[in-house]
Amino acid sequence: MENFSYSRPATLRDATAQLGKEHGRVAIIAGGTDLLGEMKDELAAPARLVPVRHLREMQGVRTVGAGLRIGAATPLVDVVENRAVQEQAPLLAMAAVKVGTPAIRNMGTIGGNICQRPRCWYYRNNYPCFKHGGSACFSALGENDFHAILEGGPSFIVHPSDTAPALVALGASARIAGPGGRERIVPLDAFFVTPRQDVRRENVLQPDEILVELQVPNAPAGSRATYVKEMVRETWNFALCSVAAMVTLSNGVVSDVRIVMGGVAPVPYRALKAEAAIRGQRLTETTAAAAGAAAVEGARPLAKNGYKVPLTQATVKRALLSLA
Amino acid sequence: MRDDEPNVPEASVSRRAFLKGGAAATGALSSALLPETAEAQLPVATTPDARRTMVEMRVNGIPYRHEVPNHTTLLEFIRGDLKLTGAKAGCDRLQCGACTVIVNGRNIYSCTALAVEVSGAEVTTIEGLAKDNALHPLQQAFIEHSGYQCGFCTSGQILAAKAFLDRHPTPSEDDVRLAMSGNICRCSAYKRILESVMAASRAMPV
Repeated sequence: MENFSYSRPATLRDATAQLGKEHGRVAIIAGGTDLLGEMKDELAAPARLVPVRHLREMQGVRTVGAGLRIGAATPLVDVVENRAVQEQAPLLAMAAVKVGTPAIRNMGTIGGNICQRPRCWYYRNNYPCFKHGGSACFSALGENDFHAILEGGPSFIVHPSDTAPALVALGASARIAGPGGRERIVPLDAFFVTPRQDVRRENVLQPDEILVELQVPNAPAGSRATYVKEMVRETWNFALCSVAAMVTLSNGVVSDVRIVMGGVAPVPYRALKAEAAIRGQRLTETTAAAAGAAAVEGARPLAKNGYKVPLTQATVKRALLSLA
Repeated sequence: MRDDEPNVPEASVSRRAFLKGGAAATGALSSALLPETAEAQLPVATTPDARRTMVEMRVNGIPYRHEVPNHTTLLEFIRGDLKLTGAKAGCDRLQCGACTVIVNGRNIYSCTALAVEVSGAEVTTIEGLAKDNALHPLQQAFIEHSGYQCGFCTSGQILAAKAFLDRHPTPSEDDVRLAMSGNICRCSAYKRILESVMAASRAMPV
């Protein structure tokens, strides 16, 4: 790992002032679990690190109006164990507890979890791919067992975050600070970008911006939610596919539904067709299976990840049935 | 990783080392290994190098203060600078748990944390568990139940278990399986590790 300059900014404004206009030259460090791995593997070599964990507005969970404000540098363990999160947005707690291991959740933060870089092995092994400024996605014709089946191309990475699908399902927004005290609020469904929109990046954050907090509306009254994550083993891995599902039943019929999938597309993928298929229906074996089929409509698996299609289909079905 | 940057270059002998009468580089090196004394609370000349930082932390109750290159990991700091070698360097990538230590009551992987980021914290390593001559109940239980084979992962296993039991003193076996899921044992002594942690939970005061 290359050495770098490091000093703790006194305020958020001081932090943004350290950032500059160029991706990669300066890096924000919160939990550091992704960034330090990238630096050890020489995927990143920032000349300066800007620590943010000590900044008050980036830390902790607050209830504001009909929702939660979660500082982006809040460790995942504190999201999982927070009473307000468990009561007002239980889907988020269910997803956050599926990240990594206890030690990773003690270190990693919620902001870092949604901003983490792809796990693609070509990317992580520093192949000159699109993500590194090259002109190819080596997974397209290479080893693509864990790559995208939906929204893929020209890069076929998948979004690795567990909390992102839950946050998108909950309708959360990102509060972003820029230089000179400027701020913007971006709904999370516009926060993540596909490779067609920007092949080098996974979200809209500019080099001189910091994700400050997540604004999470309370889950609708009477709603039920679940987060189902399929992995090659029981724990300590990224999702082959994951499903964040939230439904509201009125007289046994689905009146409101959100289904967002992780691990299958370069962004957290909102399965609008699956939502449409189940809305207005009772949750039965048949309707849940139909929603599962609709969730993978348009899927274009690569040579080695065809298994993800039935896996995702079944995971959506199982998630919905568990909410019946 | 740090071969190119000796930790205490001769050019920047600290005032502390100088006051100790050790103007030679060897003085600086050896003084760095000593626990903090009152004398060391004197103001220290700050270095103009933005790529080095004075790190202060209490490790096993003892305050340390030591200037390091910013890219020094907590594991390198503990093993290399403090010479506490109980935490092991395994995968170096959050994938094994051999480097587990406790920071402010939570178990973390010290291989992928920066010493400068942990500055100001309270750190516990395996060396801090035994009190006087009495082993910690977890250490005792791991011995009695053979919760290890080669022993390389053991300090990490015990510290992950300690951080967990300190918060959840009466766990179920499944709770322990989940809590210990971030520490790999290549000898696969998992059943006995589980037995050890359960035994320790019964032996520890609630």
